Amino acid sequence: MSAEGAVVSARTGRLRQPSVIPGFGLTVGFTTFFLSAIVLLPLAALVLRAMGMEWHRFWETLLDPRAIASYRLTFGASLIAAGINAVFGFLIAWSLVRYEFPGRRIIDALIDMPFALPTAVSGIALTAVLADNGWIGSWLAQYGIRVAYTPLGVIVALTLIGMPFVVRTVQPALAEVERDLEDVAETLGAGGFYRLRHIILPAVLPAILTGFTLAFARAVGEYGSVIFISGNLPMRTEITPLLIVVKLEQFDYAGAAALGFAMLVIAFVMLFVINLVQVWGRRRYVVAHR
Amino acid sequence: MAAKPIIAVGEERARRPGHDALGGMIVKWSVIAVSLTFLAMLLFAPLAVVFTQALDHGLRGYLEALAQDDAWSAIKLTLITAAIVVPLNTVFGLAAAWAIGKFEFRGKSILITLIDLPFAVSPVISGLVYVLLFGLQGWFGSWLQEHDISIIFALPGIVLATMFVTFPYVARELIPLMQQAGNSEEEAAITLGASGWLTFFRVTLPKVRWGLIYGIILCNARAMGEFGAVSVVSGHIRGLTTTMPLHVEILYNEYDFVGAFAVASILTLLAVATLIVKSLVEWRGGGRR
Repeated sequence: MSAEGAVVSARTGRLRQPSVIPGFGLTVGFTTFFLSAIVLLPLAALVLRAMGMEWHRFWETLLDPRAIASYRLTFGASLIAAGINAVFGFLIAWSLVRYEFPGRRIIDALIDMPFALPTAVSGIALTAVLADNGWIGSWLAQYGIRVAYTPLGVIVALTLIGMPFVVRTVQPALAEVERDLEDVAETLGAGGFYRLRHIILPAVLPAILTGFTLAFARAVGEYGSVIFISGNLPMRTEITPLLIVVKLEQFDYAGAAALGFAMLVIAFVMLFVINLVQVWGRRRYVVAHR
Repeated sequence: MAAKPIIAVGEERARRPGHDALGGMIVKWSVIAVSLTFLAMLLFAPLAVVFTQALDHGLRGYLEALAQDDAWSAIKLTLITAAIVVPLNTVFGLAAAWAIGKFEFRGKSILITLIDLPFAVSPVISGLVYVLLFGLQGWFGSWLQEHDISIIFALPGIVLATMFVTFPYVARELIPLMQQAGNSEEEAAITLGASGWLTFFRVTLPKVRWGLIYGIILCNARAMGEFGAVSVVSGHIRGLTTTMPLHVEILYNEYDFVGAFAVASILTLLAVATLIVKSLVEWRGGGRR
C-alpha cells in the first residue's frame, strides 16, 4: 500500500505537494471513480439527452404554457418561503442564542427535524393539519382562507423544509456578534432598534442571505412534501419537479430530460450564487475586522 | 441542568449598563412567543398529527395497519436499500475525506464542489438520470431488456437513486473534521513505521469517530426516507418495489389514513432517533461542530 502510494506520488508529483502519508492514489482514485459512476456520468447522460433534442422541440417543451405556469409557482413559492424563513429564522435563532427559556435545548434540537423527517411524511402531516377539517385548516376556513390544495399550501410546505437553513446559518453568526459593541452603543444612548439596525443586522446579514439562498435552492427542487398538499392541478398548483414526473409517466423521456436539464442549469446557478454570497460575507467580515 | 444558565444569563444582564429591565423582558418574551408560535404551527402540529391520525382507531388499529404484508415488505425493502447504500457511501466518505483532508492537490476545490452536487439537485432529477440511462427508452434500455436485466422498476434502480441522493452525507461531515485535525499525528505514526492502514484505524479514525457516526446516521435517515428520487425509479409495484415512504403515498392516495400515518409514524420515530443521536454526538464531541 505505501509502495503503491510512493509510485503514484512519483508519477503525479507535480500535481500535489509531497507528503509522507500514503493512500493518495487509492483514495483519490476511488473518490473520483465512485463520484463519476454515481453522480457525474448519469448527470452527463441527462445533459446529452437534452442536447440531442431538436432545437425547436427543446424550446417548445420549456416554453409550454403549462411549464411556464409551473416555473412561476415553483420559483414564486420558493422565493416567498425563503423570505418567510429569513424573517422567522432570524427570530428563532435570536431566541435560541440570546435568551434562556424552558425547553430551549429541546427546541434547538428539533429545529433539524425537517432535515431528518422524510418529505412524504411532512407532506401528508401538513396536509392533515391544514385541510378544511384539520386543526389549523378548520380555524382558517372560518375566515375563508384555504391553504391545502392551493398555492398557499405549496408556500407552507416549502417554508417547513427550508426552515432549518436560516436558523442554522444565523445561530453561529449571532453568537459571534460582539456584545461589547452593543453595550457601548447602549451606553452612548442608542435604542434597541438602532442597535438592531446598525450593529446586529449588518453583522448577521451575510448569514441570513446564505440561509435564504440555501432555503431557496432546496425549495426549488422539492417534491415529496409539496405534492400531497398542492392538489397538483395543471396550470394552478403543479410544480416543475412534478411536471417532470408527469412527463416520465407518459414516457415522454425527451420532454422530461429537457425540463430536468433546465432545472439542473438553475441548480448550478444557485450553487454559484451561494458561493458568491459566502465569499462576499467573508470579505465583508475581514474588512470590518481590519 | 437548565437552572444554571438562567442564573448566569441573569447576572450578565444585571451587569450590563443602563439596561431597561422591563422593556427587555417584554421584547424577550414577545420574540420567544412569536418564534414558538411559528414553530408550533409549522413543525410541532404536523409532528403531533402523525401520531393522532395513526392512533385514530386505537392501538389495535395501529398495530393491525402495521401488520399488513405490504407494510412489512415495504419495511424490508427500505432496510435492504439502506443496508446496501449506507456502507458504500460510508466507504466513499472515508476515502474522499482522506484524499481531501490529508493531501494538497490541484483540482481539490472542484472535487469538493462536485461531491456536494447531489445536495443542489432536485430529487426528481436524481431519479430521472437513471431512468434516462436504464429505462426502456433509455440508452441501455434495449440491451438490458435483451439480457433480461431490470434496473428501473426494481431494486437496483432504487439503490442507485438512493445512493445518488445520500452521496455527500458522510463525506460532508468528515472532510472538515479531517482538514481541521491536521496531518502531524499521522505523519508521526508513518515515520515511526506504522503502515497506512494501521495509521488510519488507530490514529485517524478515533479522532473523527463522532463525526463519522453522525454522518452515517444522517445518511441512513435520508436513505430510508427518500421519496422523490425513489418514486421516479420504483414504478410503485405494491409489495415489490415500494419503500416505506412510497407505501405511505399509496395508502394515503387510497384514503387509508390510519395505515398511511401508521407507517409515517415509524419514519417519524426514525427521524426523532436520528436527532437524539445527533444531540448525543454533539454533546460527546464537545459542543456544536
